[in-house]
This record gives sequence, structure tokens and C-alpha cells, in this order.
Amino acid sequence: MASTYEPIATQTLGSAQATVTFSSISGTYTDLVLVATAASASGEPTISFQLNGDTGTNYSRTLLIGNGTTGTSERASSSTQGRISNSTGLTTTLGANATIAQFMNYSNSTTYKTVLARSNTTLYATEAIVNLWRNTAAITSIALFTNSGVNFAAGSIFTLYGIKAA
Amino acid sequence: MLNSLVGIIASSGGAAAANNSYESIATVTLSSAASSIDFTSIPSTYQHLQIRFMGAMTSGGADDLRIQFNGDTGSNYTRHYLFGSGSSAGAGASSSIAFGAIGVNTLPTTSNTFGVAVVDVLDYDDTNKYKTLRALAGYDANGSGYLALSSSLWQSTAAITSIKLYPISSTFPQYSTAALYGIKG
Repeated sequence: MASTYEPIATQTLGSAQATVTFSSISGTYTDLVLVATAASASGEPTISFQLNGDTGTNYSRTLLIGNGTTGTSERASSSTQGRISNSTGLTTTLGANATIAQFMNYSNSTTYKTVLARSNTTLYATEAIVNLWRNTAAITSIALFTNSGVNFAAGSIFTLYGIKAA
Repeated sequence: MLNSLVGIIASSGGAAAANNSYESIATVTLSSAASSIDFTSIPSTYQHLQIRFMGAMTSGGADDLRIQFNGDTGSNYTRHYLFGSGSSAGAGASSSIAFGAIGVNTLPTTSNTFGVAVVDVLDYDDTNKYKTLRALAGYDANGSGYLALSSSLWQSTAAITSIKLYPISSTFPQYSTAALYGIKG
């Protein structure tokens, strides 16, 4: 039986970098999975994303967060970016954040796209996020950046996988 | 081993090497509204199962996605969940219920917005133990939404050979889809 869970591309940053982009994503798969073990060059920013270069206010999200003391939930609507790590945030320590995001049914052209994410920064919090991109286009590129504009640190690793349904 | 491990953590995410330990078993995509999505004759050749779901309800308010195994409609299921509504977080549980639950209020009726879920069913063909599923499920509709981590127990030692997914009321709309994968040990 053919493999259905395949690595598409990995980007390991040799130097600090503001944006990591996976482009020319084929429609071969059903779902995409992004695995990130990233750090920031400074501060405690998010891991944000934009799809297909869309910089409009077409993103929204609902979050569930545990910070070691309490559980909370937040929402952001009509945002210019989605987020796969928000309250957990990056630190300058490589390995302190682990984030995995599921881009569900990314290649269909009939429904809005939903991105499920789980992110952990053991120093701060663990969280789950569901994002909506209000666009029916197939996802062909994913740009990752921080909300504060600081760079991802050298040594950050981002890997994109594809899952193919029967 | 790596593939199996990352496969079963795939509701938290996942990663896998390019080999054949994560396989597609069957996919159902609805061309019109339907009351359920069913997987039958599930082979016992895997260690774990994963369901990747996208769907909604044609009417009613947001509610739970339900699941039954092997046609069992008895009160043999339990559930626990942790949820976020966008304004508050909460938790709950139910016991001796007639269905397993995936998420809580994570199946919407909002037009053009579907809920999604990644569900792991562990040791599904082990006849020495009850069966547990765990799920990450949610939807966002730009101003509303729900997100949940949940688990359900099916109190049966039978190997799982069929799975029924269904909404609490009404039907799944067109384009709802569920894909079943097997993960080898």
C-alpha cells in the first residue's frame, strides 16, 4: 500500500529569519501537518501565519489555554493573521516550544479552511487553537512569521507533511 | 516506531517518515446531506486508528459529534472533555451514555464553516481491553467558535470492526468528509 503520510519539505534556519514560507504546495494531499520547534531572536512572540499571501482581515481564531494556574479561552475575529502558537509564545531558547498544526482539507475549493493547532511552551503555557481562513481557495503557500516582527532564531526547524486520503 | 508514535499523537500533531506504517483505509465525502458516515469491515491489520473529520450539521445549534462502535447503541460509553468557548474554559464528563463523543459543541451549523476533528482510537483490535479514543476538535466562525480536547471510553473488549459518526440531530451537509487511517505497530 502506498505511503499516505509524507514529508513535503523541511526548513532548518541557518541564521535568524523573519519569515519562513512553504510555497508551491501541490494539491496532492488531503491534509497538511506542520511541525515547528522554533525559538525567537528576542522577546516572546507568536507563531503567526498567512495563507496564499492573503493579508486581509480574513482570519479568526478560538483558543484554549492552560497556564499552570487556570484555564482560559480567548477569541480574535477579522484578524490579518492566523496563529498556531499564541499565549504559549516563543522564547529565545531552542526546544522550549513545540507546535503542531493541522491544515484540514487544505486542497478543496469548496469550503473555508480550518487549522487546528497544539502548542506548548513549558515555561508559560499549553494551548490549543482553532483558526478559520475565510477563503475557499486551495492552500498553495503558508508564510510563518511572528506577530512582533522579530526573527525566528537560527536553529528553528519547520517541517511540512502531507496526508493523503484514499 | 517513530511513525507509530507520531501517528497516535497526531491529534496533538504528528510527523512521519515516508514509509508505509500510516495508511489510508477509507474516505467518505458526502455528495448530499446524510444522517451518518459509516466505516465498516475495518481490517485488524493495524495497531491504532485515526479519523480525520470535517463536517457540520444542517440545522440546530452547535453540538457534539457522536461515535458508536460495532453498532453498539447500549449505555456502554463514557466521556470527558475540556473546552474553550472563546470567552471561558470549562470541563465536564458523562457516564453510561449510548455514544462516544468527539469534542463538545464543536460541530457547527454556521454556513460555509465546518468543524474539524482529529481522533485517535488506540489498540482498536485488542480483545483484552476496553477502547479509548481521544480527540482534538473545534470550529471557528469569525465571532463564534468552540474548541475541545476530549476522550471517550467504549466499555467493550470486542475488536472494533465498524465505526459510525453522526450528529446529535439533523444531518451532515454536503462536503462533510471523514477519512480513516490505520497505524501499524
